[in-house]
Amino acid sequence: MKTYLFQRLGIAVLTLFGMSVVIFLLLRLAPGDIVDILFSTGGYVSDADRTEIMKELGIDKPLTVQYMEWIRNFLRGDLGKSYRYDQPAWDVIRPLIPVTLELAVLSTLVAVFLGVPTGVISAIRQDTPLDYVLRVFSLAGLAMPAFWLGMVIILGLVSYLRWIPPVTYVSPRENLWLHAVQFGLPALAVGYRSSALIMRITRSALLEVMREDYIRTAWAKGQSERIVIWRHALQNAILPVVTVIGIEFAFLIGGLVVTENVFNLPGVARFLVQAILWRDYPIVQNLVMFIAVVVILSNLFVDMLYGFLDPRVRVGG
Amino acid sequence: MAVSPAGPAAVELPATARAALARPSAVTVLGRFIRKKPLGAAGGFIMIVITLTAIFANVVETHDPIATDAAQTLSRPSAEHWLGADHLGRDVYSRVVHGARVSLIVGIASTVLGSFFGGIIGLLSGYIGGKTDLITQRVLDILQGLPLLVLAMVMSAALGASIQNVVIAISVPIIPRAARVIRASVLSIREMQYVEAARAVGARHLRIAFRHILPNTIGPFIVLMTAQLGSAILVEATLSFLGLGVPEPYPSWGRMLSVSAAEYAQKAPHLVLFPGFAISLAVFGSNLLGDALRDTLDPRLRGA
Repeated sequence: MKTYLFQRLGIAVLTLFGMSVVIFLLLRLAPGDIVDILFSTGGYVSDADRTEIMKELGIDKPLTVQYMEWIRNFLRGDLGKSYRYDQPAWDVIRPLIPVTLELAVLSTLVAVFLGVPTGVISAIRQDTPLDYVLRVFSLAGLAMPAFWLGMVIILGLVSYLRWIPPVTYVSPRENLWLHAVQFGLPALAVGYRSSALIMRITRSALLEVMREDYIRTAWAKGQSERIVIWRHALQNAILPVVTVIGIEFAFLIGGLVVTENVFNLPGVARFLVQAILWRDYPIVQNLVMFIAVVVILSNLFVDMLYGFLDPRVRVGG
Repeated sequence: MAVSPAGPAAVELPATARAALARPSAVTVLGRFIRKKPLGAAGGFIMIVITLTAIFANVVETHDPIATDAAQTLSRPSAEHWLGADHLGRDVYSRVVHGARVSLIVGIASTVLGSFFGGIIGLLSGYIGGKTDLITQRVLDILQGLPLLVLAMVMSAALGASIQNVVIAISVPIIPRAARVIRASVLSIREMQYVEAARAVGARHLRIAFRHILPNTIGPFIVLMTAQLGSAILVEATLSFLGLGVPEPYPSWGRMLSVSAAEYAQKAPHLVLFPGFAISLAVFGSNLLGDALRDTLDPRLRGA
């Protein structure tokens, strides 16, 4: 188990390193440099000014030097300076992290509590009308863009309840109820989509396990459906479900990008979109690295959970 | 060992056996598919309708999709404007119809491009194996370590907004996913006896890889493409929604939902509803079709 974890950790570090190179080159290979884009709205920039700005931003140095500097700063926790706010990026990002994290966790909870039970019901009632209804429900979730679902939810609230959700961030200390609603709605929109995948995988994993001999034995012993399904079958079907939840967590962060925009929540994802639109590239590359770290950590966590849930992984190493 | 040409053919088969051995006609196959997979057939039907709409957008439109009309600003759905008009008085129905074109072109082009390169990489990586395979896998890990949307967003921003660049931005994140699927299927086909036979008669590696192995990955490949098509359409809509996708004046479903629609949502809910329905329908259709094709072409994944 330990060697296995170290191996995973090594791969994770390698992946992060590779990703940093990819992101770095991607943003440097883009046509036109940052100065062009930044000041294209400001009209003519004299050559002297241009050199000055490039020097200030450090983009006159060779690419390798720039890269080394970035990595050194990143490892020291220095995420650079935001052009837009003219203050260290970390100071801008730090208050945004809890928002995104809260939303991600809430959405995952919605996804799990919606996806696993519907998957189980769909599997034990296979090919009944109920199964079809649940499957179409989940397919619909996969088809609808989360941001659109969010817009429709807001629209519904406004038109039918004559209630406009808060347009600015409400902290839990200010008003807990409004805060819960403000986070609950986007979590519902994003979680519904993720629940669809969890439902599908739960259903298929459970269907596979239900054909095993030991389940027949359990039935033959006269055990109740509740015990057979929830105790015997689900325990062995849960592994692929956990994998999907882990993978989904990464996708979820992608989904939050737009949902935070729609619901006006001041999170990391919305900030990333804004940084991209402002061509605030140092911030973009740091935020993308930050997301990559979160994704890779969540994958590692799933790997560790495997060992906990499945003794075979633990012994096998 | 020469088989005499008269050998096997000389045996007279009863008519029923001959009928059973004959290749079923396309109509029979289609009929069977519709009977066995009604949901998949429905998905296929949806996709055919959307494709026809995209091809004949100029015929089924009622207005010029980019012509503005100040008098019709935000007008509700009516006989004149079936799905209403947007904040510039442009006909929503015609824009949705033309949006099918953009969505399908970007969706199909990026799926084909990503699956093609991913397929080649997966084929070579799986066939060659060893260190090459290991290194390729690690490189693909890097591309897959980011949420698809985040990677596409950064790429699209870096490349600049244009249809070609959106296609590239969406296809690159598909490459590792395609490579994984094809590699897995190559790994199992590689061990088949007919591949060994080909090697025994002295076929070159490239010939074995492309003539003997590649055609047998066609099932997973089709499954992969239909599965990716839905997510490509969704990513395009999202990018365009954020203003990082298909630029104006092309009517794109995602773009139609962006800021302007959100702003006028209360006064004109049709601006939010219809383009979203269109996106959902397209993704729903391709997912249904993809699921059914997977069950039919790749029995190992049945029910997954």
